[in-house]
Formats: sequence, C-alpha cells, structure tokens
Amino acid sequence: MQTTTNIENLFRLNRLPHIWCPGCGNGIIVNAVQKAIYESGLDKDKTVIVSGIGCSSRATGYMNFDTLHTAHGRAITFATGIKLARPELNVIVLTGDGDCAAIGGNHLIHAARRNIDLNVIMFNNSIYGMTGGQFSPMTPHGRLATTSPYGNLERTFDICKLAECAGASYVGRSTVYHVQLLVNLIKKAIENKGFSFVEAISICPISYGRRNKLGDAPKMLEWLKEHAVNIKAAQKMEPEKLKDKFLIGEMYHGEAPEYTQLYDELIAKLQKGAEKDVR
Amino acid sequence: MAKNDKPNISIKYEWCKACGICYSLCPKKVLDKDEWGKPIIQDVDSCTLCRICQDHCPDFCIKIGG
Amino acid sequence: MKTKRNAQLLQGNQACSLGALDAGVRFYAGYPITPSTEIAEFMAEELPKVGGKFIQMEDEIAGIGAVVGAALTGTKALTATSGPGFSLMQEIIGFAAMTEVPCVIVNVQRMGPSTGGPTSPAQADIMQARWGTHGDHPVIALSPGSVLEAYTLTIKAVNFSEKYRVPVIFLLDEVIGHLREKVVLPELNELEIIDRKRPTVSPEQYKPYAVDESGIPAMADFGQGYHWHVTGLNHDETGGPTGKADVINQQLSRLFHKLDQYRDEITLYQTFDVEDAEYLLISFGCSTRSSLAAVELLRNEGIKVGLLQLQTIWPFPDHVIKDFTKNKKGVFVVEMNDGQLCLEVERTIGNRDLLSRINKINGELITPQEIIDKVKEVAL
Repeated sequence: MQTTTNIENLFRLNRLPHIWCPGCGNGIIVNAVQKAIYESGLDKDKTVIVSGIGCSSRATGYMNFDTLHTAHGRAITFATGIKLARPELNVIVLTGDGDCAAIGGNHLIHAARRNIDLNVIMFNNSIYGMTGGQFSPMTPHGRLATTSPYGNLERTFDICKLAECAGASYVGRSTVYHVQLLVNLIKKAIENKGFSFVEAISICPISYGRRNKLGDAPKMLEWLKEHAVNIKAAQKMEPEKLKDKFLIGEMYHGEAPEYTQLYDELIAKLQKGAEKDVR
Repeated sequence: MAKNDKPNISIKYEWCKACGICYSLCPKKVLDKDEWGKPIIQDVDSCTLCRICQDHCPDFCIKIGG
Repeated sequence: MKTKRNAQLLQGNQACSLGALDAGVRFYAGYPITPSTEIAEFMAEELPKVGGKFIQMEDEIAGIGAVVGAALTGTKALTATSGPGFSLMQEIIGFAAMTEVPCVIVNVQRMGPSTGGPTSPAQADIMQARWGTHGDHPVIALSPGSVLEAYTLTIKAVNFSEKYRVPVIFLLDEVIGHLREKVVLPELNELEIIDRKRPTVSPEQYKPYAVDESGIPAMADFGQGYHWHVTGLNHDETGGPTGKADVINQQLSRLFHKLDQYRDEITLYQTFDVEDAEYLLISFGCSTRSSLAAVELLRNEGIKVGLLQLQTIWPFPDHVIKDFTKNKKGVFVVEMNDGQLCLEVERTIGNRDLLSRINKINGELITPQEIIDKVKEVAL
C-alpha cells in the first residue's frame, strides 16, 4: 500500500486478508493493478473490474469497484457487453492462464480482433491452482502437475504473440518480480484506446513450485529475475544468450479503430437521418 | 525526507503469511525474519524508501511512510 | 389524435423483435442460428437507429455473456437462439439466475436433438427451459401461439425479467417464428413497461442482495458509484462470497422461491369454449392453432371440447390446470414432442387415465384431424 491512504480505499478492506497461499504472486499483481489504476487517476465510479474463475479471478472480491466475478473463461464476453453498452466505463479484466488461454481462448482472440477497448491482465502462474494443480496451456513442456504426472507432453504458445496476431493494439509482458514494469505496462494498457493485453508471469510456490522443486517464493522470484530479458535489451544481445530466457516489456503497440467508437459513429450517422448514404 | 527522519515501516502482521519475499528482496537488509518466518525491522536506518518490499508483498501488509 | 397503429403483415420473429424494442431493450448480443436469425438481423438494423447496441459474438456462450454484462450497466438486454445455442447458453443462464440479473433468452425451437431439423418446428425444449442449467433455480418461460402474442408476450418477458430480476426464456418455435400474419399492434402508450427497482439508499448503505417483503432486491447499475460485487459463488446480502451454511440456506431459499408470491401475476393463459366443455385440450405455442381448429370442428359434430392455451409454461401453473380439468371426461395435451408438458399435467391432476397425449415428432405440424381422431377415440 502506498503511503497515501487513497490507494487503500481501492480495496475492500473488510474482505482481507485474501485466500491466496503464502507467496502466491496473485496479490503482487493485484497490488500492481491497484497502483496502475491509482496512478492513472481513473474515476473509481466509472471503473468496472471483471474476472473469470480460478485463483486469479477471486481478485475482484477484494477490489472496491463495481466488480463482476463471472464464469470460467467468460470474463471477456461479459466485459464486452459492459463496454459496448456503456463505452464511458473503464473495463479491466483479470483472468488466469487456464481461464484466458484454455476455456476462454476463443473469446480472447475475438475481442482482440474487434479491438474493443478492454484491458486484459492475464495472471500466468503456469497451473490450474484453484483445482489443485493441473497443467494449463501455459505450463512448460516436461513440467509436473497433477494431470501431467509423467511430465507435461504439451507445449505452450506465446500468448502475447497470439493476442497481437489476433488484433490487440497494445501487448505487454512483465512478471511479479518486475513490479514497476508491470505497473507501467498496465498504465499504458489503460491509456490505449483499444484491446490491451498484459501477461503478468506469476509464481505458485505451494502447488507448481513445490511439485517441480522450484524452491520457495523468494527462490521463484529469483528465477524470474535471472530469466527475464527486456525486449529492448534483447535486440542488442546474441541469440545464444537468449536461449533459455523470455522477453518482458512492451511487445506491441499499434493503431486500430476501436470497436465501440465505430459503433457510436454509426449511431450518430443514423440518427442524423443519413441512412441513405450509410448503405 | 529530512536526513534524520526515520522512515516508518508499518507491517500488518495479521495479514502476513510468512512467505519470506520481503526480507529476501530488501537490498539493504533492513528486514530480517523472526522464528515464524515473519519480517522484523532490524535496521531501519538503512532503509532507502525504495518500497521493493511494499510492492512485492503479496498480502499488502507493508506500508512505507515518511 | 389517437394514432391507431394500422394493420401490418408481420413475421413472428420480427414481431418478437419489435416487442423487445418497445419494451425498452437496447442491447442485443447473439450468434446466428436457424430459425432465429431474423431476430438478429432485425436488431442489427433497428437498434443503432434508436441508440441501442447490437453485436454478433463468436459463439452463443459469448452472446449470453455479453447480454448479462450489458444488463449489469442498467440496459435491458436480450439474445435469441435455437436448440443447439440454447444448450450452450445454459451455464450463463444459471449465472443470471444466481446473480439475479434481468435478461431475456428467446429460443426459437426447432427439431432436435443435436442438429436435428434446423428448419422444422418442434416444442421439445420444454424441460430444458426449466432444468437446462444445473442446480435449483428460479426461471420464467413464456410461449406465444400467434404473431401478435410474439409481440405482446415478449414485452411481458422483458417486464418479468426486470420486475423479478430473473432470466426469462421465450419459447418461440419455427412455425410462429417464421409465420407471417396480419397484426394490429397495441398503441405504444397502451403498453405497460416495467423497469427494475433501483436502490434508494446511498452506496454506503446499499446491500445488493438484501430484500424487503417483495423478496426482490433493488439493483444498482454499474458505473453509478455503488461499487457492488456480483459473483456466481454463494454470496451473502452484501454480495460477497460466503461459505456459511445458514447464510447460504437463507439466500438460496429466498432465491428459489422468490416467484412464488407472484404466481398469479406471472401465470398467463387463454381459454376457448371451456365453459360447457366435457373434454379439454391443453396446448401452447404453434400447436395451439391446430387445437383451436379441432375444437371448432368437434363442436360442429356435437362433441363439447374446450381449449386451455398456456402462455406461461414455467413456473408451471398447477392451479390453472386443476381448475380447468375439474370434472372433465378427458384431457388431451397437444405438443410437438415425445411428451413433456403432459408430465407436468399428469403430476398436477394425478389421474393418468383421464389424460391422453397428442404428440408429433417428425417436424410436421400436428393437424386438426389428428386431434379430432384422438378425441373421438375417447369421446365416442
């Protein structure tokens, strides 16, 4: 919490402490989201936070806004309804790697394709934590989970590239170690009038970390520090040195018409009685 | 912050789950751990108000004032 | 000067869409599926003209999700689909029931199961409309038997969803949906339009799921500073998740029975020639029409038959069924399925030998003659 008290009233204090396990990165991301909201100066009454199902998605219960805890994988669809019905509202979606990349994947790519002004923060802890530790689309190949007891046979995909190719106009990645970068990316996402996607690589020491012997929370944060390379720095590095690293920072920022703005322009045109030349 | 002002570091122990992140990340070893793995302030003067502990606490327990 | 809306030739799906607009619906999200797509096409064209919003989503789950999201901003929202899409929407319909978010789901029924007969009618989603989503939950389902009713009952559906904060299923079928007939719509100012009850207390005092004797909580719009929480988890009066069994019991008991005290107001039906009837047909939706013809033809042959047309399917109107089946020599349930509504009738009247089923499952309409033959089997 910042020294000033106002960031505190972005939390439902009577609901804390939260349910997440000791050392879970979710709290770090929520803190970063709150800091980004606070520093962006968003109007608390005009900001709606929407989440799906899973550890990440319990976040909305702790945040003092209009909050909506939807169904598994469907946060982005509810958020689309909110944003289209009331474009003046700021809509932030908090979702997990399973929630967003698995069951919610179809909605992710279509909301990105439409470039509707939503800010999607994907908590990526490489596991289905809430249900006890199954592998997710973001669990690296070979890793152990309750449903990959012999090592995960599947591969992950680069969810940032996927969001960019689907049409997102702002894409960034950071980690729960690189909190200030995460805050800045979320602020840029909020600023971007279009579909913004931020992947926040998190840690799950109790389930994923323990089962794969990755050490405690501090050790897992250390790993993130050692293996993340900022995309700007990476451009000047030898490919050899990037072998077992992953990129963080601003992945993509492009311009594209924003969906709800296009719709409002259509309404204005129709109501000006100019139906004839619309067809 | 004037030179001799001590940063006041407040820790909400009722929310702390002894995850060890704060005292493992503190660059100046201002924090150390007690027998329960919870943070204790052992060298407040070294605190540079960098707020790494505050930003990385998953349970929102730490507030760096001053 | 009273502007009488003059007669027009309207298709059932269009009448339903017009009813939605006149009821104040200003948001549509859905996915194309025969035989409902005319509703989406109407909304795509008409909603922006009145400042409303239409969006075609990537699947039906996304459609109903967007509808519930929009409804939370205070907007009246509706979607339309058919069997396969209706099946996909079930989880979110349950979410709307649990969180008490008003919305209307039009199901233009077609032959099922599975792909079935996309362009042929059926009335076989009756039980799905009641129990499609998991768990106990309140739901209202209405079914129109004419193009005019497709207009008037859609308005009722929107009003009921707003007044009782419940998802309302509108059970159209391919026949009424695609049928065109001459219709004179009621005047706009004759219509009763109901909006949800908003909170009168300040945000600090607002408890999203606290109720007075109405049993229906006041609903704040998102974006008005109430900062309330909506979750599909068991939740207490403040909207926050709870695991306390007694709180859950109290909340769910209220939720499951919140429509009970409004039973009469919700129960809509029509009767034809029941005063002196010795035999009673019970029907709904498109099968109403053949039943009407059968009543007339049978009466010409001196057999006193009457028709009870149910417009409210759920909550099932036990009391109405009991009333109209009293001292009848025979009761016939006419429906295009393999026997669904008749199960509820049977449960209500408890006398199996009084009851006969008139069903058809091949996608063709039940004909008046088929009804006449069945009644004669019993009557003569």
